[in-house]
Formats: sequence, structure tokens, C-alpha cells
Amino acid sequence: MASEPVEEYISDIGPPHYEKFLPPVIKNNYGKWAYHEVLKPGVLVHVAESGDKIYTVRVGSPRLLSIYTIRELCDIADKYCDGYLRFTSRNNIEFLLTDESKIDPLIEEVEKLGFPVGGTWDATKAKYALSNIVHTQGWIHCHTPAIDASGPVKALMDALFDHFKNMDLPGLCRISLACCLNMCGAVHASDISLVGIHRTPPMVDDDVVRRTCELPSTVAGCPTGALRPDMKNKTIKVDKEKCMYCGNCYTMCPGMPLFDPENGGVAILAGGKLSDARSPARLSKVVVPYLPNNPPRWPEVVDTVKAILEAWAAEAKPHERIAEWIDRIGWEKFFEKTGIEFKVQLIDDFRQPRHTFRTTTQFRW
Amino acid sequence: MSDEEFPLLSELKKGPWPSFVKEIEKTAEKKPEMKDLLKQLERSYEDKITYWKHGGIVSVKGYGGGVIGRYSFLAKECPGVAEFHTMRVNQPAGWFYTSDALRTICDIWEKYGSGLTNMHGSTGDIILLGTTTQNLQPCFNELAKNGWDLGGSGSALRTPSACVGPARCEFALIDTLELCYDLTITYQDELHRPMWPYKFKFKIAGCPNDCVAAKARSDFAIVGTWKDEIKINQEEVKKYAEAGVDIKTQVVDNCPTKCIEYDEEKKELKIDNSNCVRCMHCINVLPKALKPGDERGAVILMGGKAPILEGPVMGWVVVPFIKAEKPFDEIKELAEAVWDFWDENGKFRERLAELIERVGMMRFLEAIGVEPDPRMIKEPRANPFYFWREEDLKERTNPWEIWRRAESE
Repeated sequence: MASEPVEEYISDIGPPHYEKFLPPVIKNNYGKWAYHEVLKPGVLVHVAESGDKIYTVRVGSPRLLSIYTIRELCDIADKYCDGYLRFTSRNNIEFLLTDESKIDPLIEEVEKLGFPVGGTWDATKAKYALSNIVHTQGWIHCHTPAIDASGPVKALMDALFDHFKNMDLPGLCRISLACCLNMCGAVHASDISLVGIHRTPPMVDDDVVRRTCELPSTVAGCPTGALRPDMKNKTIKVDKEKCMYCGNCYTMCPGMPLFDPENGGVAILAGGKLSDARSPARLSKVVVPYLPNNPPRWPEVVDTVKAILEAWAAEAKPHERIAEWIDRIGWEKFFEKTGIEFKVQLIDDFRQPRHTFRTTTQFRW
Repeated sequence: MSDEEFPLLSELKKGPWPSFVKEIEKTAEKKPEMKDLLKQLERSYEDKITYWKHGGIVSVKGYGGGVIGRYSFLAKECPGVAEFHTMRVNQPAGWFYTSDALRTICDIWEKYGSGLTNMHGSTGDIILLGTTTQNLQPCFNELAKNGWDLGGSGSALRTPSACVGPARCEFALIDTLELCYDLTITYQDELHRPMWPYKFKFKIAGCPNDCVAAKARSDFAIVGTWKDEIKINQEEVKKYAEAGVDIKTQVVDNCPTKCIEYDEEKKELKIDNSNCVRCMHCINVLPKALKPGDERGAVILMGGKAPILEGPVMGWVVVPFIKAEKPFDEIKELAEAVWDFWDENGKFRERLAELIERVGMMRFLEAIGVEPDPRMIKEPRANPFYFWREEDLKERTNPWEIWRRAESE
């Protein structure tokens, strides 16, 4: 009996080569761009040494997209961009055009779909728009989140919408959100970061621990030594005094969740940056240790972020980011100007806190 | 969906920013089972807790990662999402697409999955959000047949990502896209078969502006830089000045090392390049007038990571300058030396930064064969608590012998 031909199993091919997706004008001018200008909020032109031009229309997205919306975006790309589009590292959509006359009709059509054009900045004119908020999965798909992700981001971007549309800020401001300390969105070097935090220790279910967990690696995974194995009962005991609720144990062992709907919430960090422009890149610092987890629109979080953003926007010099504004005015004035209460949790007591204590008589009143 | 049915979620359909709830609704219109996702999410909004179970080991033939297994606690109430696994699809470098390519992915995901995606996930992959165990393998097979592959997950190399680079940015100092593609293809085994203590990330930024957050978000950040002088086009400087750019305030006053001078009369810039730290600010503001030099390469910063376990880390400069030209052998040799050391010394769930801190930067540099350089540090240590090796020292004299000889004299 003749056997069926075995179909070759395709694997480890890697992603398609990017060149397949580059518009001809980019292929022709790859690595030979001379400069760019911002024609209006959301619209860039890059000019090559050859004189060729490519126009970019930047569009905000909720990151969570249905294939039906993606197809609509493809229709727009087909109509105006010969089918070429890309996404940015902050989840914006970028339409790539060569015909300047098609920019305005494209904008009209994409905005009619409900997707706003904006998020650009013009460094030459020191005019900056707010870009999209990078964020994680939250309740839509994650098993460890202290808060939702898409919800607070939607509420915030609604409140900050005009700053996305208009280049009305003095410098770059990157906002990001991670729904737990695992930070798959790695938000720890943003101008403003929102982080979902737990505030109560893991709730151990001995039976689940016995069935699903490896005791030694779970115990070893605790950074503060708050866990010890209970070998007799084949489970884990938690020293609640030592736990700082990082959730690493839950990542290792499904038997010890930290969820606590009434106590979980949001920490707010500020003053991080990633670009080395002017001042060095640096990590964000905690400025609000806890705000309640308050769906569906997280008003406390929205108000606090707005307070930081507006205080900075009102006072910053051109190009000055939140970190640099704080460098100039001092942390003591940051709390005064934003109206944020300085709480004892903001004084570091984890690893090597000595580097954050003030060692000089220089400060402001 | 009626707003009465999901009152909390419908609050998030309001407002000017595009709504993720509407995106889920769009899938539910075509795929009735997706109504269960709305049901489960509404329940999370009421109860302020996730209803996704912890883990679930699912994958496709031959791979140890690329799929995130997900099961619902509400399987009875929401059977449509009882199994709701994610597939991470390796994005093309720089996130460039044609509409044809995107439509192919949409068609495959319509056939085998929920129709919901993230464009893109935090690491950079195309995230196909929600399918059943049964559909994983046929979905993968069809993706592969169309030229797409899965990205990384678990204790593996994670999908490398890169900024837009030379494709559409005048600031790109290295070919971020080609380097990203090359590393991804070279290390397919490391990407698809987790075998390390924990995850490892490459991110590639074309210049110090770092639009992919490489410094903070990757164990091995490759950031474009240059060594020689900034090129000045004085004609363009004049044009900027005449167009009203306040060069003194905007550029000169913002230079971190005060190495730029501006002659208001001649409308000319002068740069003391020996004191320039290549921060990019002047080039960002005056892109027509200022260009980075021609001696180009990359800085390698290692150890960048999020807070788990020992706190967040901004990557540390380990190699201040390295060539980044095809076939990128120097970068690959360095990465492989790091992995060898990590394999030998890393503990379970220990990221590179934590390993380096535990064993000491000195030992790490020695292991990967990198010479010390003042560009690696902000300042030298304040304590003299360091280790000497036998080869650094002369033969030891025993003090007791000296004293006893003296006593017996």
C-alpha cells in the first residue's frame, strides 16, 4: 500500500526578512535619510540624501486590536500607501506614504474609524505631544495582575487625549503601565509609570502547593527569605513580617496567590527616562506608594497622573523632561508643586537604601 | 452587546481614545464564543481579580516556548474561553508590514483563534490572543507555511527587537534591522528551546535616543554610537537661526558638557568634540545642520531588567565600543561568552544583572574577556574591598617568621 507523502515539518524559520515589507522608497534610501520635519501633529516627512521623501501619519491604537480592525487599517494602507504600514515601539500605527496629497484624506478616513492622529514631537521647535502609553495584559489575559492594564490606560488616554493630538508639552513624556511587579512591560524607566502592586502576603493553599509546586526552588525564589519549607506537610510557610509582596513565589508556585481585591492597587513612579539626550537615562522613582484599584475608570490614578503632568508642563523649560525638571527644582519642590503627599513608604528600606538618603545640608524650603 | 449586560466595560467604550472593549465586541460579533471573554472581563471588573488560572504547559511540536497556556476559572460560566492560549509570533524587524502580510495573519487567526491580537506585545512579538489547545498545532503549521514563526517565552532567548533604524531614521548609527534579523535567525534554537536559568533579551537601538528602551529592558542592549567628530553644516545652522530657532537657548544651554559654542554674529556653531558625550540633543534639535561622525559602532550595556527579584536595573556599559557590521561576529562572540558564563554560574531565575552582582563585575569581565575601561563606570568605588589574584602579587613573606627572627636575634 502506498503511503501518504509526509509533509515536511516547517519550524525554526524565524521571522520573514523585513526587506519584504519595506516600501520601494525606503529600499532605495535605506540608511541614507538626511533629515526629517514635522509637518503638523501626527505627520512626519523624512527626506533622503537623494531628495526622495516619505511621509508618515502616526495613529494611536489601544494595542488590543481585532483582526477586523486590522483589515480596515489594511484597506486604508491599500488605498493611500500602496499597502505599506508599520507599528512603533509604543504601539502606534504608522501609515507610510509617498504622495503628499493623500495625507489629509487618509487622516480623515482613519479618524472616522475612531483612531486619532498624533503622538509626534518637533525637537527643533521644542513642541512635544504625548505618545501612546505602553502597557501589559491585565485581566484580559494575565494570571498575576494586581490591576487591569487596558482599562486604566484607556481612562488615562481619554483624560490626556488633547496632549496626544496637540504638540503642547515642553518635552517628551513617556507614560507606561505594568499590571504587576513582573513588569512584562518594563515600565521602570518612564517619565510616569503606573505599577500594579499587591499589599498582602501570599495566601497558601497547602493542597495546591503539594500538587503543583517544587518547594526548594519556590523557597529559594523569595528575595527576602520570607518563605520556609514545611517538609512534614510538604507545603510552604510564609513569614508575613518579611514579605514585601513582590509575587515571585506565585510566579513559581500556583499555590500561593497574593490577590486581594480590596488591598491591591497602583503605585506611581516618576522621573525615569531612557534617552540619553541631555541627561543620562535613569530609573523611575516611587512618588505615590499606593492608590486604590478602582475600575472601571480609576479616577484616583487619572487625577494623580494629570497632576504630575500638568505641574511639569506648566513649569518645564523647553526640552526638559520630568526627570530634568526635578533635577532643577529638587524632589522637595516636586512634591509641593504636584500636591502629592510625601509618605514614609517613599524612603527606601530595601537593598542598599543608603544611596538614596540625602548626605548634604543643601536643600530647599 | 447590550451595554446593560456589561455595565462596567461599557464605561470604557466612552471617551475619545480608541476602546479595547469595542475591539473585543467586534470579535464577539463574528465569533459568539468571544462573548464569554466580555463576560469574564466584566466579572473581573466587578470583583477586582483576574479569573485566569496559573500556567498550563502547551506548545507545538519541537518547541519549548512561544505559546502561553491559559485556562479560565470560569470555564463553566464562560466555556468559550475555558482554554484561551496565546501564541507569540515573531514580528518582522522594525514592525514593517504589507497589508497582504497582515491579512494573511488575520485570515489564519480567524480560522484558528479568537480574532483578537496585540500589535504588539511588550517584547515585540505579534500576540495572537486566545485559542484552544487543539488549534495550536494546525495554527502554527499554517503560520509556518506562510513564512511566520513563533517567538520566545520562558527561560529562553526572547524575541529580539529593534527600532526603525536606517529604514526611516537619519539618526540610525547601526543597521538595527539587519542585526535584529541576523541574531534572531542565528539563535533559533536558543529562542525556541528554553534551556537557561531565566529569560535573556536582546534589544537594538540605532542611537542613544533609544526608542526601543534597550538600556532598561534588555540583558544585552546594543545601542548605536560614534567615535569621531560631529559634522557641522554651517549653512544649515544659519538657516535654522534665520528661521527663528534660538540656538543659544535650545542647543548650547542644553549641552550636558557645555562643549558647544555659538557665534551669534556669524551664526556659526563650534563643538569641542573631545568633551562631547554623544547625548544626541544638539543633533535631535538641528537634524539638518548636525550629523554624527563616520566612525560608527555600538555600546553594549548589559543587565537591564525589571524589578523582580533584586530591584530594577538600567543596563551597565560593558563594552564602550564594538563594531556592528555584518556578519556581526564580534557581537555574537560576546553574547556567546556571556551565555557560557551564565550557564556555568547562573542560579534558577537569576537574570544576568543579578548574577553579575553576585559574582562581581571583575570576575564577569575576566570570564567574557573584556578589558577594564573608565567608560564602564560612573565613578570608581569608595571602598578598597577588592580581591587580588596570586599572579598580581610577589611571593609572600610570613610575618611570624619576620617577628620570630627578630625576637631570636
